[in-house]
Amino acid sequence: MAYEPVLIKDVREPGAYTLDFYVKNARGYEGLKKALTLKPNDIIEQVKASGLRGRGGAGFPTGLKWQFVLKDTPKPKYIACNADESEPGTFKDHVLMERNPHLLIEGCAIGCYAIGAKVAYIYIRGEFYHVQEMLERAIDEAYKAGYLGKNIFGSGFDCDVYVHRGAGAYEAGEETALIESLEGKRAQPRIKPPFPAVAGLYQCPTAVNNVETLCNVPLIVLNGPEWFAGLGPEKNGGPKLFCISGHVKRPGVYEASMHTTLRDLIFGDHYAQGMKDGRTFKAIIPGGSSVPILLDQHLDTPASFDHIQKAGSLLGSAGLIVMDDSVCMVWLAMNLLHFYRHESCGKCTPCREGGDWLYKLLQRVERGEGQMKDLDLLFGVANNIVGKTLCAFGDAAATPVLTTLNHFKHEFEAHVREGRCTLPAPWRARHAAMAAH
Amino acid sequence: MSFHPQMDYAPAQFHRSARKLAEPGEPFAYTAENQARFDEIVQRYPPEQRKSAILYALYLVQQQQGYITGAGMRHVAEQIRCTAAEVEDVVSYYTMFYTKPVGKYVLNVCRTLSCALLGAERVTEELSGKLGITPGHTTADGMFTLIEVECLGACDRAPVVMVNDDWHERLAPEDAGKFVDDIRAKGRAAFTGCHLHVEKGKAG
Repeated sequence: MAYEPVLIKDVREPGAYTLDFYVKNARGYEGLKKALTLKPNDIIEQVKASGLRGRGGAGFPTGLKWQFVLKDTPKPKYIACNADESEPGTFKDHVLMERNPHLLIEGCAIGCYAIGAKVAYIYIRGEFYHVQEMLERAIDEAYKAGYLGKNIFGSGFDCDVYVHRGAGAYEAGEETALIESLEGKRAQPRIKPPFPAVAGLYQCPTAVNNVETLCNVPLIVLNGPEWFAGLGPEKNGGPKLFCISGHVKRPGVYEASMHTTLRDLIFGDHYAQGMKDGRTFKAIIPGGSSVPILLDQHLDTPASFDHIQKAGSLLGSAGLIVMDDSVCMVWLAMNLLHFYRHESCGKCTPCREGGDWLYKLLQRVERGEGQMKDLDLLFGVANNIVGKTLCAFGDAAATPVLTTLNHFKHEFEAHVREGRCTLPAPWRARHAAMAAH
Repeated sequence: MSFHPQMDYAPAQFHRSARKLAEPGEPFAYTAENQARFDEIVQRYPPEQRKSAILYALYLVQQQQGYITGAGMRHVAEQIRCTAAEVEDVVSYYTMFYTKPVGKYVLNVCRTLSCALLGAERVTEELSGKLGITPGHTTADGMFTLIEVECLGACDRAPVVMVNDDWHERLAPEDAGKFVDDIRAKGRAAFTGCHLHVEKGKAG
């Protein structure tokens, strides 16, 4: 049976972002109306039963996260929606917020009701200015129609949703760094525990949820947890957005169940339709730049959190970056380390210093100036970052180096042996000064 | 054996603070309109948490005078009721705040993997050649600033360039020179915008 999209079904329709369209075509705000007739705890139980896992990268069960939010406290509680979509290769929340913003707003309101919050902040990355305009327009519509504000549906429940614009920081996507940034500080992670569920925004209990996660909540309330769980493999239920980019014919955001294999997503007619320009598949990064590479022999793995993990990588944010045989893996690691070196928040020494070392070593190897012992040094430095930082950024920064060394060590060795890049693709910079600086 | 690699790792710039103070700038205060916008936005946060509005306050300064000066930071500090050092702390962390003048059009070329796989490095080279500047610099006529940025979150439309707050998608390296000419001739109309704006007839 063909999969019927539910999250992004209508995004190409004119006017899909309007309240009018949402109410007429997508049972808009019926989920919220139904939720307000239930007890908050029942909603948390439903979300738990659905098996919804966080779509931001970690895949933590959302229902549990909400259950952990401290109940017995006089302090206010908050929802912080993570819309700082910055993981390289990820662009799913972009579509949801721009074309289906009311689904997110409804999800925020139901989330607030479930955990006992009255305010949700949507932390959107600064670069998404055009997305923010659409989101704020939608929030205005929702207030005017009485879906936000005071006494929603006459239930006595009040809820405010605000957009908070970031200003260019990958690290703000880490939940405690996001909270710091919301408080008006540098986006740097906190020591955990305490977790945000106990002491988050303004030291109050806070649930930090990804955009796609919250968008699934109205669907669960409306259609029931069994429907949701039935859409995917065990413990990997629900619809999932996959962002496919790189050397494929038809890159884009595709909605599918997590039964779908990586091969289908890359080569399937309904998805990315195979490799561009008749070239051969070389490797895929299946979950945003922070996860290990998978190869041809892994392509029949279903793209679910658990299956991808078994195959030796992570589904992460479901950003699939597909590469053909023109990609030099030393260059790839260098490109990504440029990113991590630039984005490291600087709080933990292994990540701040190690990222810089890794980048410089990779640069040396890529230029053909490296020695064989540099490969061991790369391995050593990377392993001295993993597990030694406050947040997962450190592991993420080391991953591109470790995974390329693991699968493609021969390419590194060839660079050293021949004293040059052995796979210089035409789409790369022609001048050395521009290629690395 | 030393653990330190034999490499030019610690040049002099790391031995003493490479921090440059923002230029002091002319005396600064919000226009009445910007003041009203700030006063409205700050209401979104609890009264004792005015600092949450700091990023918004800084965007207003940048909008008003093009970049953020020392005087601008002090004004924000007064609005937020914190110290100027705290404001500078924030300004120096986030990449979207400029502490020196930028061109009328700031070309932010995404350089991260998905865009790079489709020629982003070449786009930067072509733009750089056309404009006669290297990344990080502004043309003499004050029209263009060229910056390389990390992933913009539109990897399916690579290579992506953000120009001020607007987007331009699928900029092939060979079209980069023409793109600059188009901006000079047509201004914002030269941008494709985001392909998701299907209403504006810009679907791709």
